Amino acid sequence: MLQKITIAVALIGFAVSVTGGSAAAQVKVGAVLSASGPASFLGDPERKTLDMYVEDINSKGGINGQKLQLVIYDDGGDANAARTFATRLVEEDKIVAMVGGTTTGTTLAMIPVFEDAQVPFISLAGAVQIIEPVRKWVFKTPHTDRMACEKIFDDLKRRKLTTVALISGTDAFGKSMRDQCVAVAPKAGITIAHEESYGPGDSDMTPQLTKIKATAGIQAVVCAGFSQAPAIVTRNYRQLGIEYPLYQSHGVASKQFISLAGAAANGVRLPAAALLVASKLPESDRQKSVVVGYQTMFETKTGQPVSTFGGHAYDGLMILVDAAKRAGSFDSGKLRDEIERTHNYVGTGGVVNMSPSDHLGLDLSAFRLLEIKDGDWTMIPDSPS
Amino acid sequence: MDHDSGFPLVNSLVNSSNGLAHQTGVPFDRRRAPAAMADFLQFTFSGLTVGAVYALVAVGFTLIYNASDVVNFAQGEFVMLGGMVTVFLGYAGVPVPLAAVLAVLIATAVGLALYRLGIAPAREASAVTLIIITIGASIFLRGVAEIIFDKRFHSLPALFGSDPIRIGGASILPQTVVVLASALLIVCLLWTFIDRTLYGKAVIATSANRMAATLVGINTRTIVGACFAISAAIGAIAGVLVTPITLTSYNVGTLLALKGFAAVMLGGIGSAIGAVVGGVLLGLFEAFAAGYLSASYKDAVAFVVILAVLFAMPQGLFGKTTVERV
Amino acid sequence: MLAGTDRFRLLQPHRLFPLIPLAIIILVLPLLFPSAYYYRVAALVFIFAIAALGLNLLMGFAGQVSLGHAGFMGVGAYAVAIGPSRLGIAPLLAFALGAVCSALLAFVVGRPILRLKGHYLAVATLGFGVLLTIVFTNEAKWTGGPDGMPVQQMTIINWTVHRIGTWYWILAASFLLSAVIALNLIDSPTGRALRAIHDSERAARMLGVDIAQKKLAVFVISAVYASVAGSFFALINGYVTPDASGFLRSIELVAMVVLGGMGSIIGSFVGSAVLVILPQALTIFHEYEHAILGLTLMAVMIFLRRGIVPSLSAALGGTYK
Repeated sequence: MLQKITIAVALIGFAVSVTGGSAAAQVKVGAVLSASGPASFLGDPERKTLDMYVEDINSKGGINGQKLQLVIYDDGGDANAARTFATRLVEEDKIVAMVGGTTTGTTLAMIPVFEDAQVPFISLAGAVQIIEPVRKWVFKTPHTDRMACEKIFDDLKRRKLTTVALISGTDAFGKSMRDQCVAVAPKAGITIAHEESYGPGDSDMTPQLTKIKATAGIQAVVCAGFSQAPAIVTRNYRQLGIEYPLYQSHGVASKQFISLAGAAANGVRLPAAALLVASKLPESDRQKSVVVGYQTMFETKTGQPVSTFGGHAYDGLMILVDAAKRAGSFDSGKLRDEIERTHNYVGTGGVVNMSPSDHLGLDLSAFRLLEIKDGDWTMIPDSPS
Repeated sequence: MDHDSGFPLVNSLVNSSNGLAHQTGVPFDRRRAPAAMADFLQFTFSGLTVGAVYALVAVGFTLIYNASDVVNFAQGEFVMLGGMVTVFLGYAGVPVPLAAVLAVLIATAVGLALYRLGIAPAREASAVTLIIITIGASIFLRGVAEIIFDKRFHSLPALFGSDPIRIGGASILPQTVVVLASALLIVCLLWTFIDRTLYGKAVIATSANRMAATLVGINTRTIVGACFAISAAIGAIAGVLVTPITLTSYNVGTLLALKGFAAVMLGGIGSAIGAVVGGVLLGLFEAFAAGYLSASYKDAVAFVVILAVLFAMPQGLFGKTTVERV
Repeated sequence: MLAGTDRFRLLQPHRLFPLIPLAIIILVLPLLFPSAYYYRVAALVFIFAIAALGLNLLMGFAGQVSLGHAGFMGVGAYAVAIGPSRLGIAPLLAFALGAVCSALLAFVVGRPILRLKGHYLAVATLGFGVLLTIVFTNEAKWTGGPDGMPVQQMTIINWTVHRIGTWYWILAASFLLSAVIALNLIDSPTGRALRAIHDSERAARMLGVDIAQKKLAVFVISAVYASVAGSFFALINGYVTPDASGFLRSIELVAMVVLGGMGSIIGSFVGSAVLVILPQALTIFHEYEHAILGLTLMAVMIFLRRGIVPSLSAALGGTYK
């Protein structure tokens, strides 16, 4: 008897608390982000970006005469939680579109929910599988890991370095990028002569780097990982006195990498969005005003250095907003169609041109090649390739 | 090229042994002998670097276990607190040495609080209950750290700079030497304390038989509380010393606790020497596994060690107490 | 004496009475559900309740501990993922095979592990669970690696289970069935032997109970429960990641068992309900979720060691099951 009452009370209380808060006639945009947990390095700037820009948009009167309400849930990096929140957004909160999905795992888990509910979903995750094969309702803003590999390999070829070693993290980001690099290497004329891996929580990679150092014929090393581990790889790299060039991935695209790696970071090259070198771009660069504007807003409001992950969230939101303006309404179907027609949108990640067969819209020129000098980013000029 | 059976573990086992030979086309030993020695030395240094941390965590475990029969899963969080508090006090403008001292004091207070609020009230609790309590404490401390600090990684400046020392073709960081020396120093101090002072005798008495110790007038609550406090201090010192090498973040504690526990199992639960030896050995096993086998299963080494020790020789290398088995 | 010959005696109906209020609630609840989201949450409650029930048999009745139980959930989850897509076998068969694999794994691993006690046992099970997670994360050709892999929908002959509403009824029935089985087990000679072992292993041995065999039996059974729960979990999500078998998941299961009440079947359901529903109800406090989980574990083990259901029951002078 008592158990029955306890359970009933708990469930009713839950029902009330969840549906509490009357919904005004606002347009709801959903976001499921990994603001805590192992991917919070990515999710936290994303969350802050979405919060500040929705507030900014609303303060200027909203879109199509309506204010936006951002419904954010934190999945903590867990795919199951992400899926539950996705269901909640669609069934309970009745969102018109979704910008989120910090990691590939959470994105892939949520895709069926949005496809079924026919709600456009702009993902903020990196893997190429999200848009390949193209799904009707799924888009993404970050450059793919395949593009990162291609950009790195391009630069290697320019420097006449063709035999490389690859060291990658066993986490999702590292593994996915490693797979892509292995896949595109032959076409790019690069030989991956040796591979190593490390756990994302490891604190010392000298054994792996020692083995790389011992392999004859290596001309450069490519490291595929994100968060702090690549910084440790970089430090170990210098500690062991390895002379040939080290390339990192866009997973380290934030000033934190430089501060953690210290002096060891000098000379490291990586592909990254123009956002990182906003102040160094020439005035003629198409992205200049957008990235400077975003950097100023983000750094003023949060006091933290800007990161490209927040930039992807900005792009996702702005693409959605532009699509809404063009559609003149917030109907999910019309939004989706207009998102797909995004053309010449200048964002922090690059210039976006989407199409029914391309739900990312970026090409290789959206990535800039950067080198770290004296503790800061510098651009390596692209030669036509 | 390398064989690909589709299973990473199998691949690495097959390819690692013949990798070097068929890269250079020269028989392994002849040309590579001096280089192989340098590699071995480098792996050893790597193992010592992480092993020293495990050793300090293990010593903290052992102290608490000896005094109270509690396996303290929150031990890793003390290491985390040592590093993170120092870093954040540093950001707030406190000079690093003072910040480090403060961090150790704060961690000590947390350790004491853990005992007073978490362990002592759980009277007559079974070993399992106590484990769950300490796991809960570990999750709680990590959750609080996530909120108070932030979710990013941080570093501290090394004591003697970051230029590596080159020995025999391999390089070791000065900070690693600092950590190793500190570990030895701490164990020596601890041994002196336990063996030569009156309070130390009280600790021995409490761990031998709590009831009897109470009967002869020892305030076992104070003693056990002190052990928790000392253990926390050791962990925090380890955290401060090792952050320049391994970086720190709010969630480094969990894995460290597990590995520290593996070290304790290996060395024999209840033995301080065993804790240090176990920690260093575990670090070496991991480094050699990464160097000679496959790096992707490096983390698995600690857990395989735990299981192997538990099945084959539960008392560990230096263990003295009997193991409860059916 | 205790090694009964009538091991398969059917349960007397009156023992099932405690389940009836629960069954009524389950039948009536969907009328309150405004949207499919609630069905999903309820489905998750049932799934974790099944896993918690299995763990409860091990922890609450037999007095053992497992800090790696989510590993078996992972085995079940990956079985229904790998079976249809990599081996081409039907989902239902994969489901059953997952349970069989879990049982075998539990049998093989349980023999040496269950000879240990106290914190040795705890850490051995923890190590086992973490090792399974590492394997799931690394063997990417089979498991999709750290990103996980999609799971085909459950198809039985020609009928595909698609709507979450359908899953609600399937899972509710499964949970009730597993509760009935558990009650059966508890009141059987094996169950009584387990409770005797829990109270005092020496005394039980003197009475002729084969300790090792009984412990192994309940370990295997609890592994099968977890595997079934894991398979359902993968099926309703349509996706599985290595987190399904991770250390944190194992700790959540333990939290459900101790919170709801060790040794209480209804308690498993309550524990699961609290731990699934609370994060949904308190989404604004997601930042604090870990801190709250840790605090809850500590508080329950210190102050409310028997768990919610038995404590409430005892406070009101009733008996509980």
